[in-house]
Amino acid sequence: MATEFTQQGFDRSRQQRTGDSFESRPHIPTARRNRRNRQPPSLDALALAQGLGWFSIALGTAALIAPGSLSQLTGLDGGRRTVVRGVGIREIAAGAGILTQRNPAPWLWSRVIGDVMDLALLATGLRPGNSGRGRAAASLVTVAGVLTLDALAAAHLTRHAGHPLVSGVAAPTDLYFETSIATTRSPDECYQFWRNIENLPRFMDSVESVQARDEQHFHWIVKGPGGTTMEWDSEITEDRPGAALAWRTLEGAQVPNAGSVIFEADPRGRGTIVRLSMHYSPVGGQLTTGLAKLLHRDPQSQVREDLRRFKQLLETGEIATTRGQPTGRRSIMGRAARRWRLTNSN
Amino acid sequence: MKANVWYGKERLRVEEVPDPQILNPRDAIIRITSTAICGSDLHIYGGYIPGMLAGDIIGHEFMGEVVEVGAEVRKLKVGDRVVNPFPIACGACFFCGQSQHSLCENSNPNAWMAEKMWGHSPAGLFGYSHLLGGYAGGQAQYARIPFADVGPIKVPSGLTDEQVLFLSDVFPTGYMAAEQCQIQRGDTVAVWGCGPVGLFAVKSAQLLGAGRVIAIDRFPERLRKASDWGAEVLDYEQVDVPEALEEMTGGRGPDACIDAVGMEGHSHGAFGAYDRVKQSLMLESDRPPALREALRACRNGGTVSIPGVYGGFIDKVPFGAIVNRALTIKSGQTHVQRYLAPLLALIEQGAIDPSFIVTHSLPLEQAPEGYRMFRDKQDSCIKVVLKPWAEPPTLKSRQPQSPGQGEPQSGGTPHLH
Repeated sequence: MATEFTQQGFDRSRQQRTGDSFESRPHIPTARRNRRNRQPPSLDALALAQGLGWFSIALGTAALIAPGSLSQLTGLDGGRRTVVRGVGIREIAAGAGILTQRNPAPWLWSRVIGDVMDLALLATGLRPGNSGRGRAAASLVTVAGVLTLDALAAAHLTRHAGHPLVSGVAAPTDLYFETSIATTRSPDECYQFWRNIENLPRFMDSVESVQARDEQHFHWIVKGPGGTTMEWDSEITEDRPGAALAWRTLEGAQVPNAGSVIFEADPRGRGTIVRLSMHYSPVGGQLTTGLAKLLHRDPQSQVREDLRRFKQLLETGEIATTRGQPTGRRSIMGRAARRWRLTNSN
Repeated sequence: MKANVWYGKERLRVEEVPDPQILNPRDAIIRITSTAICGSDLHIYGGYIPGMLAGDIIGHEFMGEVVEVGAEVRKLKVGDRVVNPFPIACGACFFCGQSQHSLCENSNPNAWMAEKMWGHSPAGLFGYSHLLGGYAGGQAQYARIPFADVGPIKVPSGLTDEQVLFLSDVFPTGYMAAEQCQIQRGDTVAVWGCGPVGLFAVKSAQLLGAGRVIAIDRFPERLRKASDWGAEVLDYEQVDVPEALEEMTGGRGPDACIDAVGMEGHSHGAFGAYDRVKQSLMLESDRPPALREALRACRNGGTVSIPGVYGGFIDKVPFGAIVNRALTIKSGQTHVQRYLAPLLALIEQGAIDPSFIVTHSLPLEQAPEGYRMFRDKQDSCIKVVLKPWAEPPTLKSRQPQSPGQGEPQSGGTPHLH
């Protein structure tokens, strides 16, 4: 799957390198559409889908085990146990689908349909003379709310169906993202700087060292959470001097990952747009990633900062910093900001 | 060294902090001989600038002598007397390549914060919040200057500190504000605010060929300075400014308007109260009375230039006036580096003497008093210059026996706290 992403990246660069001008071929809208499609879904939507999956299973189990009580609770009369059991089976199937399948979107849509059926069922409880009318009305409102959540999550994940997180290509915990930066330097200078692996730890904040096993294979030592280090081997999967590089980890890596960097000449001759694509499983999964994002410590923000440092080194020869400058006495807030590296200064 | 340290809204302390070190090969360290309090420092003092942390050294208008240079510094030598521009610029990025130094892409180590606030990040600034880099400022005895070959300009020894110090900010800021008005010979330019930036805008507009400059303020000493520099003046407590401007321009309005007031503008009436309430409830970060008035007063097709600092969001801005009357809006933090050499030449030729705006000179120890005085316009205060190496007068009177003492003890001075 790694090669698939890098391949896509290369296809784009190849289009431009072979001189297909922007005028002669309407490839930009397509590329844009593809990129939007491949953009990562919101972590909230993924979390919501998970929550709805568990809700399905809980409700389904209740319906199977205690259809009478559930009927009572929702204002239906007792004679509908079979129907309620059927609802239970449907719910468990949908929940299992959401939680186990890599692409939860179809299963979320099945829940939307189920919700509409439930609304129809509950509406029968509203008829005059039913002692549970009030409860049926309350249930209707609740189901309508759940229907909204189902539809929102389903629609969001369908919109991002092209992304490996949703399309089923990647494991649900994998991350894929693209980030880019414009620099005044030529594609060749950028490529040379990146290809010299001794430079990588200078701008990649989490990388402690990279050693060359041979021209194509490298050994990485990377800072992990809580002062630990992680190591892996990688190989270069594609190497186009002055244009692009792609790599992926070898079997047995602690954090399997793959990436590519494309050095795209700016169309107006203003240097280079450096496009980096990364695909990997974050340590700690989505929850920690979501938290980290708030603190600008998530992988995408980190890689964006790496690219910024790459640009700074290339353009100015140094990385702007205030670490080590004098300050007055810091408050708890100030020390926390420093500790979380929210600010560069001490 | 001693430095003026910010600890919160209206809480400044001059205290002993470590000396700055060279952190990058293109850095230099300067020993500061003069540093000034800027009107924009008052926004920090008042707690209106986001991204400040207790313990930040503030100040961004300063000059001094180079005492140390990094391995990659080529143009500056130890001993050079320099004035330092307030934006930090690398000299090599896309924006520096176009002389838009305050938009440098490589000098803000906390660019991500500014991106969250404003969409994209401008350059890092000295002593002006972590959003803009968190660099230690220059109201101190020493400062570290990144990209030392790009920023500081050497100044001749024949000129006093007070004549060249304001090249660091307020003179170029007033000049750029006037330049952005694209003044045609004989134009009428109205300037809101006769603080240092407004005064330099008044003078610069004239240097750039304005036929008539109208300056607006309410403090007589400021209006007098503007008048001394050749402006016609309006006291907005005495006259209705838009009406007066209309009358003075035959109903057409000034060709260009300059808002040299910024986010803490003072005004009367409903809008004034409205802004104060909203700002105190944090529903509006900045108060823009001068900007509103400038937008209304400017002639059709004219230019409104905004050197006054705004940080966030403003309300009730007559955007319809901009669209329907084809106004041009110009703003930005000053690209100081671009103006240093030409404005230094103007000073050397005697076309302008910036020391004209200085009203107070204090030892650095008295920075907190200086801020208070400047904010409250006490004692006709227009511009305060701080002297980091001057003996505080209170110490002198207390310790008459030790006149040559280089490092006054700060512990025994009650006014520091």
